[in-house]
Amino acid sequence: MTGATTNGTTGWSSDEMMAIAAARRLADGATCFVGIGLPSLAANLARATHAPNLVLVYESGTIGAKPRVLPLSIGDGELAETADSVVSVPEIFAYWLQGGRIDVGFLGAAQIDRHANLNSTVIGDYDRPTVRLPGAGGAPEIAASCRETYVLLRQSLRSFVERLDFRSSVGYGDGPGSRERLGLPGRGVTVVVTDLGLLEPDPETKELVLTHVHPGVSADEARAQTGWPLRVADDLRETAPPSEAELVALRSLRTAGEDGAER
Amino acid sequence: MAEVLALSEAVAHLVGDGDTVALEGFTHLIPFAAAHELIRQGRRRLTLVRMTPDVVYDQLIGAGCAERMIFSWGGNPGVGSLHRFRDAVERQWPGPLEIEENSHAGMAAAYAAGAANLPFGLLRGYAGTDLAEHTSSLAWVRCPFTGEELAAVRAIRPDVGIIHAQQADMRGNVLMWGITGVQKEAVLASKRSLVTVEEIVPELEPRPGSVLIPSWVIGAVSVAPGGAHPSYVHDYYPRDNVFYREWDEISRDRDAFRAWIERHVLQVEDVEGYHRSLRERAYA
Repeated sequence: MTGATTNGTTGWSSDEMMAIAAARRLADGATCFVGIGLPSLAANLARATHAPNLVLVYESGTIGAKPRVLPLSIGDGELAETADSVVSVPEIFAYWLQGGRIDVGFLGAAQIDRHANLNSTVIGDYDRPTVRLPGAGGAPEIAASCRETYVLLRQSLRSFVERLDFRSSVGYGDGPGSRERLGLPGRGVTVVVTDLGLLEPDPETKELVLTHVHPGVSADEARAQTGWPLRVADDLRETAPPSEAELVALRSLRTAGEDGAER
Repeated sequence: MAEVLALSEAVAHLVGDGDTVALEGFTHLIPFAAAHELIRQGRRRLTLVRMTPDVVYDQLIGAGCAERMIFSWGGNPGVGSLHRFRDAVERQWPGPLEIEENSHAGMAAAYAAGAANLPFGLLRGYAGTDLAEHTSSLAWVRCPFTGEELAAVRAIRPDVGIIHAQQADMRGNVLMWGITGVQKEAVLASKRSLVTVEEIVPELEPRPGSVLIPSWVIGAVSVAPGGAHPSYVHDYYPRDNVFYREWDEISRDRDAFRAWIERHVLQVEDVEGYHRSLRERAYA
């Protein structure tokens, strides 16, 4: 995977830590709207470990997919073959996502701000972009309609910015009350999993607060990679290191899906 | 009734310069052979509609066929950027490309509205995003019953809808199965339609989750075995993930891209020639 670095002293990569930290938060039996890459890895890891009854829904219309190998694309045949049901794309978005049937949505992005709003559209001016990104895809409505949303994003000054170049998806908008005013049914982003730690919204201000650092990471490192003055929780905790069982399960998924592990 | 035509004839007959054309297929069943035929016949000034432009629109854009694109996610799935798309938007090569950008949910609703002969689709979406300011096909309406404000998306009504499917019968009825995306809506929303298929069989057998599109809503059916490569066809052949990764290299460079199109699209006659050229390249 891009940017994966192996932690020599402790023996796991930051991508693995991210996937494991995200997987741990998924409750068994939850329905989960999954994208390709780290989200798919995290959800399948949860299914292989503590959450065998997790229901994976991919936007290609596969409901209850149980892939044996990690898919490279959102619509791989493996997903259709192992799904409980395959529905059309208009149906997956209208009846299942907008219909309020999804507990957890996963999102990535190019940029995030302190209120967990996301940019996956352009860097620079919209009409004359420096970098034209793929665009919003399913994200705006995933962020709107899932009961909660997890964001997976490596932390850096380029991605954790004071001001988004474009708002593709809404986290907490301009702060408290924004989601309600906009009529967004879901709770919004409940955790941002990075390569350095976990950020969670303050219940009052809806601003992201660093609540956990991964093993060997300091709060100062996380601050240095954040483009706004990052708040740190008073009871900042350390993420439990990956267990043997988690690493074995994760690596066997990636080996089984040699193709799918690449992004 | 669908006419069974050679692909070159069907494209010449159904698609004109300046048309709005939707080639659909969500990762699965992407109609590459038809796109290559559009490139070979030198179609120009097309408005291309597709939720996930994928490598197929990267090729059409780079080959100079498009002046406008309506889409919702323009990446190379599992790999990264679409470099021809980016070159067109960022540096106007080979010409400027106007874009109209949606979310997946918005675009799916717009296709469904087109198929239903409604002027717009309705969804709870886009609220609070910057997409609303940049997409002219998006507006807000108030629910007459509850007063809730909802997003309205202008119906997609392409001149031509093009899809690929597993099978057709002799009368031009079409059967597809596996992930069927938004293809039925794309055909029904379009004024004219073309379906390429892996094969024509004497009789279609229903399968779990299969979608049958009757001959009388289809303009033409063309046989194009391997016509979805490098995407896949459920129960026929897998996705060519190696090709999708190689495309990143090929498409990054304008000359490499032009050489690839020249050799594998312009200098071959049809889908069979395309596959032969790829095999020759593999052994070269």
